[in-house]
Amino acid sequence: MIQNIVEIDSLSFGYKNRTLHKGISMSFPRGKVVAVMGGSGSGKTTLLRLIGGQLKPSDGEVRVDGQVVHQQNREGLYQLRRRMGMLFQQGALFTDLSVYDNVAFPMRELTDLSEGMIRDLVLLKLNAVGLRGAHQLMPTELSGGMARRVALARAIALDPDVMMYDEPFAGLDPISMAVTCDLIRTLNDALGTTSIVVTHDVEEAFSFADYIYFVADGVVAAEGTPDDLRQSALPFVHQFVHGEIDGPIPFHYPATDYKQDLLGHKG
Amino acid sequence: MIRSKVLLGLVRFLRKLGRDSIYQLGRLGAGARLFGLMMMSSGESFRRFRLVIREVYFTGVNSLIIISVSAFFVGMVLALQGYHTLEKYGSSEAIGVLVALALVRELGPVVTALLFAGRAGTAITAEIGLMKATEQLSAMEMMAVSPISRVIAPRFWAGVISLPILAALFSMIGILGGYLVAVPLIGVDAGAFWSQMQANVDWQFDILNGVIKSVVFGVACTMIALFEGYDAPPTAEGVSRATTRTVVTSSLVVLALDFVLTSFMII
Repeated sequence: MIQNIVEIDSLSFGYKNRTLHKGISMSFPRGKVVAVMGGSGSGKTTLLRLIGGQLKPSDGEVRVDGQVVHQQNREGLYQLRRRMGMLFQQGALFTDLSVYDNVAFPMRELTDLSEGMIRDLVLLKLNAVGLRGAHQLMPTELSGGMARRVALARAIALDPDVMMYDEPFAGLDPISMAVTCDLIRTLNDALGTTSIVVTHDVEEAFSFADYIYFVADGVVAAEGTPDDLRQSALPFVHQFVHGEIDGPIPFHYPATDYKQDLLGHKG
Repeated sequence: MIRSKVLLGLVRFLRKLGRDSIYQLGRLGAGARLFGLMMMSSGESFRRFRLVIREVYFTGVNSLIIISVSAFFVGMVLALQGYHTLEKYGSSEAIGVLVALALVRELGPVVTALLFAGRAGTAITAEIGLMKATEQLSAMEMMAVSPISRVIAPRFWAGVISLPILAALFSMIGILGGYLVAVPLIGVDAGAFWSQMQANVDWQFDILNGVIKSVVFGVACTMIALFEGYDAPPTAEGVSRATTRTVVTSSLVVLALDFVLTSFMII
């Protein structure tokens, strides 16, 4: 058995005129919770899409359980995806289906389980996220935090080997945040999953992750266990962990000289 | 000076024309590709016909009121106008034929398709565009469920099934409206109204051709609505523009196709 279930090897990717990743390498060992951190726009979400095979890298490769993702044909890719679960930033629940049907969706589509069995599994998954009582509600009747928990129940519906979380804490109140934090860790350990958590919430990531990668300027700027990183003297890590406004990551988007800009303005 | 300005304007115009043509050709290609992919993954729609039935309800049954009311008024106006002209030639008994032929051959399929584009087409575009904007299609893909076979194909077949039925209902209710104006209101002989219609409406040349038209319009309207939604930029503005384009493109395509089909059928 390969020890790292997901491996990213000198991966490069960019959109039309913007390079996002310049030779990133990461590895995600089985059973661990690994956080990928970095500022907004540093290509963290894109990284998840590359792992899921929704985007193709311009160079390098992503391997899931030893198989190169972008070399798979459609059938091979779908086989790999059946072993992955992804929690989207806003949950991405199907708005025309109830909470129950949302969680049942992957089971009905991908397995031959009987409705009775599906019912048991759906209630089990919903119970794990504390929302068994809400199974009849429609997604529009849920709060942001609840919607994300339902989406989490849906993502773990088929017990994936790899769970990917895209900004799971964005826009949550402190209680929902703590609940989500706890859920990620508990589900990871209970299901024997490997979790990849993309986030910029320092406190939360440091509290539950086994290992952390910092992405900046398209490369891995720092990596290590939370304890290592807390003591890190790297200016970038220091700025990020302490939330300082200016530092290696500048406050200003690259621009021409301010004075020149103002003087050059012809009204 | 003026010549160079004119030349510059001409160059700009040609450049824009070229750019727009390439863009539109690209979209046509993308639409054809979607159509091909959808045809290839339509098998599931027929194996799980329940999915299609559900969409027939949303696109077909929900369009019933607007179709019935419009048909009733169109039929009544046809009878009024027809009587006004036919009376001059002393052949007011032919009013039944006039109403029936106008509805079955032209107005039934065409007006139904135009109303369908406005009522069901826009709903399809907006729904799919919003599903894309809220990452529901992406989530489905990550679950190893193809959005084309699960979302696009059932809606397509539902549209293709609904439109001919709606067009048939349109013609039927239109004829009823025409009857109410011609017989009880104006006083045309009821026997003449129905027997002339029966004698002069041909099963193949009139009714079958009308059905063929409505099937073709069903394919065109539904495909345009689906493609516009699937291709819409995932923003509020993108979806609203796509919805408008659905109505405009569908209407023009229906009218153009009607001319082409009619010319084939008559010659």
